[in-house]
Amino acid sequence: MAEYKRSTLIADAPSGYCPGCLHSLATRLVSDVIEELGQGDNSLNVISVGCSALNILYWNGDFLSVAHGRAPAAATGIKRTNPERLVFAYQGDGDLAAIGLAEIMSAANRGENFTVIFANNQTYGMTGGQMAPTTLIGQKTTTTIYGRDPATTGYPMKMCELISTLEAPVYVARFALNSPKGVNDARKGIKKAFQLQMQGKGFTFVELLTNCPTNWHMTPLQTLDYMNTNTIPYFKPGVYKDTEVDEA
Amino acid sequence: MGEKRFMKGNEAIAEAAVRGGCRFFAGYPITPQNEIPEYFSWRLPEVGGAYVQGESEIASVNMVYGAAAMGTRAMTSSSGPGISLKAEGISYLAAAALPAVIVNISRGGPGLGSIQPAQSDYLQATKALGHGGFHAMVFAPNSAQEAVDVLYDAWDYAERDRNPVLVLMDGCLGNIMEEVELPPMKELKDEDLPEWSLTRRNGRDWQGNITPIYTELILEGINAAAGDMYKDWEENDVKVEEFMLEDAEYVVVAYGIASRVAKEAILNLREKGFKVGMIRPITLFPFPKKSIKNLDYGKVKGVIDIEMTIPAQMRDDITLQVMERCPVYEYGRSGGCLLDDEGVYEAIYEIVSGGE
Repeated sequence: MAEYKRSTLIADAPSGYCPGCLHSLATRLVSDVIEELGQGDNSLNVISVGCSALNILYWNGDFLSVAHGRAPAAATGIKRTNPERLVFAYQGDGDLAAIGLAEIMSAANRGENFTVIFANNQTYGMTGGQMAPTTLIGQKTTTTIYGRDPATTGYPMKMCELISTLEAPVYVARFALNSPKGVNDARKGIKKAFQLQMQGKGFTFVELLTNCPTNWHMTPLQTLDYMNTNTIPYFKPGVYKDTEVDEA
Repeated sequence: MGEKRFMKGNEAIAEAAVRGGCRFFAGYPITPQNEIPEYFSWRLPEVGGAYVQGESEIASVNMVYGAAAMGTRAMTSSSGPGISLKAEGISYLAAAALPAVIVNISRGGPGLGSIQPAQSDYLQATKALGHGGFHAMVFAPNSAQEAVDVLYDAWDYAERDRNPVLVLMDGCLGNIMEEVELPPMKELKDEDLPEWSLTRRNGRDWQGNITPIYTELILEGINAAAGDMYKDWEENDVKVEEFMLEDAEYVVVAYGIASRVAKEAILNLREKGFKVGMIRPITLFPFPKKSIKNLDYGKVKGVIDIEMTIPAQMRDDITLQVMERCPVYEYGRSGGCLLDDEGVYEAIYEIVSGGE
């Protein structure tokens, strides 16, 4: 049996995330994998804007906090000048798929050798639950009070599908954190992404489907069910690109 | 001594930056500064540095933000419209206390404006380079040689202050070719990387973090410390050229390309017996307040602000120091129209020959 203990990369303090928020779990998975790979001191967390920015309070490893949407650009500057570091950006859906769309697509297209962890909970959590680029059709938010209408707001952006059309990325995968199997798969996916980066293979992208009990106006358990019936059918988990497998 | 070369201003800027230790550049094409990224794209790999063509000015300045956080001497360049896009990142550099160098080879504005040279970004450079009320030191060299000297030492200021440095030139200075004497390459060692930087090459073994966001009391303290820093600059870092001021009855204030045209006009007017001198700010921020404030107003009958932009943008800074002790006049061209010898001569002549 593995011993269950606190990750040394996460501060010994109460989480600032809302009860039932899967951000805590996502952060935990990332820190566990980094420790397992013995990269604690070598890792560098590029912290984005949104609820993800709460990592400023909890992340015990080296970090650089950056402007909204710009994490892949800042990570480019870091990795190009310090290629030996294990660099990852941790971004939410508003940060990555709206204001930072140019930065994520361009970094992926350049094949920058770092990892992006993308927490997709279909809302702007930190600012109070506005419509995100990933908000589902019909999903109610503070800026779509009758539900997202594609006639005026378009459709939820599928980032794994978009990024996997590019030549350069070596690993693109999506996992849902609302089940033990999803969590275990996600852990393996994050590990694979970091290992590929350590081997200098190129750009790796791991999307984690998460929740927002507060802004979805649900109990934590209800959000997990909602993810099964609504989120997962639209944002299908799976490995969208894995060039290492293709070559084998 | 140094190595002499005949270079375009833009290329001289890039070479001097490399010799000053710059090892990362990210930028986005915009006229009239394209020779800067073009030069870096092949030059940086030669010295073990990295060049990235960003997908936008916004991305480019944020790449610089990342590189600067690692202690790497990093730079970006652009022209007016692109500097507006970089405003976000420059503000974040100031907030996160990161040294970096930004070069603006300015053109006509506002908006897309024109691609011809202009000095229309003075207010942006000196008053509000981004949101949140911060300043950067602003250098305004008036020749390729002075640009070399400024760029060579720019990171020394940026790292001393942990603050971005802006170099403001114009499309004319960026594109004319002049002889320059290049200084030797600064040899920077890994162990000398700043102790606060997030690199581990400097031997740091403790957790490092850099952030542009603070709780309110800490931020108030940071704002106040920045205010003190700006006062220190005013005391210690002003650079100014004072030209023929001893007996001057009229004093031209001009920087950059305008100062070169004005100097010609002043020499011609001197031949005709008119006592005209010039104050040339080399740092626009800190502004050479004392040079203007301490003029002998028993003798000086007028101060003439000459800029390649209309309306003049430096005039308020001059007026604050003149304190109504004599009239302040202005003359300029704008929109990408160049100041020329006759126009500047006539403008000054009209004022000094008794006309108002």
